[in-house]
Amino acid sequence: MFEKILIANRGEIACRVIKTARKMGIKTVAVYSDADRQALHVKMADEAVHIGPAPANQSYIVIDKIMDAIRQTGAQAVHPGYGFLSENKLFAEALAKEGVAFIGPPAGAIEAMGDKITSKKIAQEAGVSTVPGYMGLIEDAEEAVKISNQIGYPVMIKASAGGGGKGMRIAWNDTEAREGFQSSKNEAANSFGDDRIFIEKFVTQPRHIEIQVLCDGHGNGIYLGERECSIQRRNQKVVEEAPSPFLDEATRKAMGEQAVALAKAVDYASAGTVEFIVDGEKNFYFLEMNTRLQVEHPVTELITGVDLVEQMIRVANGEKLSLTQEDVKLTGWAIENRLYAEDPYRNFLPSIGRLTTYRPPAETAAYTPGTAPGAAGDVVVRNDTGVYEGGEISMYYDPMIAKLCTWAPTRDAAIAAMRVALDSFEVEGIGHNLPFLSAVMDHPRFISGEMTTAFIAEEYPDGFEGVTLPEAELKKIAASAAAMYRVAEIRRTRVSGRMDNHERTVGTEWVVSLQGQSFPLSIAADPEGSTVTFEDGTRHRVASDWTPGKSLARIDLDGAPLVLKVNKITSGFRLRSRGADLKVHVRTPRQAELAALMPEKLPPDTSKMLLCPMPGLIVQVNVEVGDEVQEGQALCTVEAMKMENILRAEKKAVVSKINAGPGDSLAVDDVIMEFE
Amino acid sequence: MKDILSELEERREQARMGGGQRRIDAQHKKGKLTARERIELLLDEGSFEEFDMFVAHRCTDFGMEAERPAGDGVVTGWGTINGRMVYVFSQDFTVFGGSLSETHAQKICKIMDMAMQNGAPVIGLNDSGGARIQEGVASLAGYAEVFQRNIMASGVVPQISVIMGPCAGGAVYSPAMTDFIFMVKDTSYMFVTGPDVVKTVTNEVVTAEELGGASTHTKKSSVADGAFENDVEALAEVRRLVDFLPLNNREKPPVRPFFDDPARVETSLDTLIPENPNTPYDMKELILKVADEGDFYEIQEDYAKNMITGFIRLEGSTVGVVANQPMVLAGCLDIDSSRKAARFVRFCDAFEIPILTLVDVPGFLPGTSQEYGGVIKHGAKLLFAYGEATVPKVTVITRKAYGGAYDVMASKHLRGDFNYAWPTAEIAVMGAKGATEILYRSELGEPEKIAARTKDYEDRFANPFVAAERGFIDEVIQPQSTRRRVARAFASLRNKQLSNPWKKHDNIPL
Repeated sequence: MFEKILIANRGEIACRVIKTARKMGIKTVAVYSDADRQALHVKMADEAVHIGPAPANQSYIVIDKIMDAIRQTGAQAVHPGYGFLSENKLFAEALAKEGVAFIGPPAGAIEAMGDKITSKKIAQEAGVSTVPGYMGLIEDAEEAVKISNQIGYPVMIKASAGGGGKGMRIAWNDTEAREGFQSSKNEAANSFGDDRIFIEKFVTQPRHIEIQVLCDGHGNGIYLGERECSIQRRNQKVVEEAPSPFLDEATRKAMGEQAVALAKAVDYASAGTVEFIVDGEKNFYFLEMNTRLQVEHPVTELITGVDLVEQMIRVANGEKLSLTQEDVKLTGWAIENRLYAEDPYRNFLPSIGRLTTYRPPAETAAYTPGTAPGAAGDVVVRNDTGVYEGGEISMYYDPMIAKLCTWAPTRDAAIAAMRVALDSFEVEGIGHNLPFLSAVMDHPRFISGEMTTAFIAEEYPDGFEGVTLPEAELKKIAASAAAMYRVAEIRRTRVSGRMDNHERTVGTEWVVSLQGQSFPLSIAADPEGSTVTFEDGTRHRVASDWTPGKSLARIDLDGAPLVLKVNKITSGFRLRSRGADLKVHVRTPRQAELAALMPEKLPPDTSKMLLCPMPGLIVQVNVEVGDEVQEGQALCTVEAMKMENILRAEKKAVVSKINAGPGDSLAVDDVIMEFE
Repeated sequence: MKDILSELEERREQARMGGGQRRIDAQHKKGKLTARERIELLLDEGSFEEFDMFVAHRCTDFGMEAERPAGDGVVTGWGTINGRMVYVFSQDFTVFGGSLSETHAQKICKIMDMAMQNGAPVIGLNDSGGARIQEGVASLAGYAEVFQRNIMASGVVPQISVIMGPCAGGAVYSPAMTDFIFMVKDTSYMFVTGPDVVKTVTNEVVTAEELGGASTHTKKSSVADGAFENDVEALAEVRRLVDFLPLNNREKPPVRPFFDDPARVETSLDTLIPENPNTPYDMKELILKVADEGDFYEIQEDYAKNMITGFIRLEGSTVGVVANQPMVLAGCLDIDSSRKAARFVRFCDAFEIPILTLVDVPGFLPGTSQEYGGVIKHGAKLLFAYGEATVPKVTVITRKAYGGAYDVMASKHLRGDFNYAWPTAEIAVMGAKGATEILYRSELGEPEKIAARTKDYEDRFANPFVAAERGFIDEVIQPQSTRRRVARAFASLRNKQLSNPWKKHDNIPL
């Protein structure tokens, strides 16, 4: 076995590989750029080599620099992770030349699968189902109809040179095919000056389902079930699970066998993934093969108990697979949620900065990659991460900062465990998508398993604006808030210097207001917890070890877990749970009566303002008061983190006021200028 | 007997109605609460004891004798906040617009005298149109009587003013001499002369809000220490502040049970200081991670943001925090930040509140506007305040402590009790670049030589050890253990005794 391997990557995947290497007794070498001096993967590795400036094209993807690091440390093999050099044929070749093992497939397989057209051809030859279509030149509408009939409706008529939906038509019958061909052709000629048209099967209700394969260099190959990755935002996967709630055993077997056939056709030897698009009738078609470890591999590990990284290392070391297809058993259900440093309330704008708080939920104590599923109990929590509290999220790399996985015997239980895990995940200092993930976990369509790749686009067409909780849920939170507030108020009465015998007594009647609703309630506290009774007779039993100042409240509410993120505000708390972000006020009935007299102040209409998106320095203001600006026009430049950011007009407008000038240092959301 | 009892109740009921239902409704319509409703929110439920409910004015001019409402436009008395005694007056805008008459002033003076005698804070809820014009000089005399008491009470009991409506003309000077002023956004304003007079005299057109609203006084003038959304929030936050303050200058600050480990380790602080010494970071993160339960009551949050001032608790006991904020103007000292911090330090010292100083200061802000504005004397205020303070003083230098600003920021030489530095601290006369450019002026034309000189200077002085060798730094500490070290330092200073030489009073450079 190798004594030392180098990981040509960063972030969570580098950490993930180091964990398995450690388990196997292999020493590890990390590489790092200027931006990653303090990164977790550097701290975890036995050795670390600096490879250059922050931008990846000057460090992580410069083959020579990685080769230097290998020579310097004497690493015998390299794990490339995903991204960067993982599917780079030249890198695999460079390693081979130096006699260093590549923990991945042979260069030939990378090359064969790296090209869309070639890979489709090889797939067809290997008997893998591909999207039916006609790639040749189509002369006229009648030929288009004929081909469409051969393929079977619905079909997609596309311009060869097309893009962005232009020159694209969907036809469900002959008439539509005839018309669609004509209009596509015209549009293509006008838009691209190239009127070549091709036709392929239109996949309805598409799902993205992929097969994990594992092959050795001795001609053995197996598949380890599938992963459902349909929850995507702009082709970026967000939620994955294994198995798929959609597949049956026969389809799984058919897909698995075809995937292995394809892998064998290119002499594959490592872990790889064959991606399919699956329609509403369970017809599946080959999309592409990823010749590397996938981001979402943990869900497969959780349901199979196989440590894929270990297998990759063993295969690279020339070992034979110790597993046969019969050994692969899928047990229970695993879900992965990707935590991105992207602000869901600002249209998923990447967010950078210091992680002032980063406290993931506790991983299941006994869990290490490759352990038998469920061995540690009924629920497994796994968090693959590359960051830590006090670390910095830089703008140079992928915004994904963690992969939170839960495993349970059933899908429902895995989802339930994920809800609690997300609520317990504390991340502050940057914008992140935790509330959005919580919303997806509670979405009826996700719960039913009826999703397609269009899920996010269809369910959140206008972006994400937070979750509005139903009254029953609000009451649970109100009951918890009242019980917590009472604890905090009683503590306040214990301050020193009070008048003996004239102390304040904290009452039992409260009014809790949140999300525009007010709930009068009364609390009966006992040593074990509190019973909260609402006006309509609803009762909740609240027990918690929360004390003032704790940022996380773990509440036992009527026997079920409720986890709240807690910040103190005037007369109450900001509570976050299940994707909702609530300002909760807890007042005595009299205080509530007086508070009701206060005018509601509407926040200023920010749609007519240019707000500073990050703390920074104004370098330049490009417009003057009275200027009419067009959509996309540069308005001003803000320097933040030594980078100049150009702020542009979101729509046509007239500048009415400019509040900041060059040299001004602004905080986030400061108003730079206003429009009429 | 029964009749007499019911007459009392009737009279009380009448007094409680102030200027009558119509005016109460008008007050509510403006988004304001009445004087009595405010007291209800300020004090513990049922704890208010009223004085002088039946006091009426004695004016007979301009037909005033026809209307003599009980209470005369101000509600006064005492009560408790979380069981601790405070005195309170609350001006009643529904009675003659809350205007101050001779008797109105006498009521305020009465509770101020009692507060001084009994050692409890005075909280004034201001909502007044100004002097009662019908009373003329008697009203002015009333103001001055209040002023004199504000002055005498200063440094004896905490005085808090909440501006909850108009406060104009001479009336502003009573709040001005109290320890803290809070304002309610959109419904309160303070100015010496109103927009009409301003228009007449200077021809400036300005609204009351622009001239003296909460935004003006918290961001521009620094007259106010904080602003809140509405009456309810303002009064809840005043309660929160009172929880931090001692009742008088003979008492130690209050202590309350706490749920936070004094030895809590914060590993994330080890990476708070960015690699590049010119990159800013948020000093508030350090404050929040040092404080019990992350609870920080900031004073003057919106003014001179290059300096942070406010209260935290350590082991349940109040500590005042003064900190440079590298996020704004690199955390330098200037006129505004020096004045802001100096006043805060003096408040803490007056009321036996220990002071924690967090230092990252590159020096004083240069420039004509600073020099013309008198930064010499304003900077001296902070120096003076720290030097005269006898309360426990613990200082942590996180990064830069350059030049005179190092001396000013609670240095060892100003009787600092514990002066800690993080390993990232740089205690020097100035930054390496500036120093080499002066020391090696003749080599300025040779960038390579200068770079080498700069490197030498950095290696020699950009660290805490030169100061530590001399004992100016008591100990270099791990950032992650700051809370434990600071808490233990203050714990060891609980019985500190230090006094200044007798003097009538000092002569701080005002």
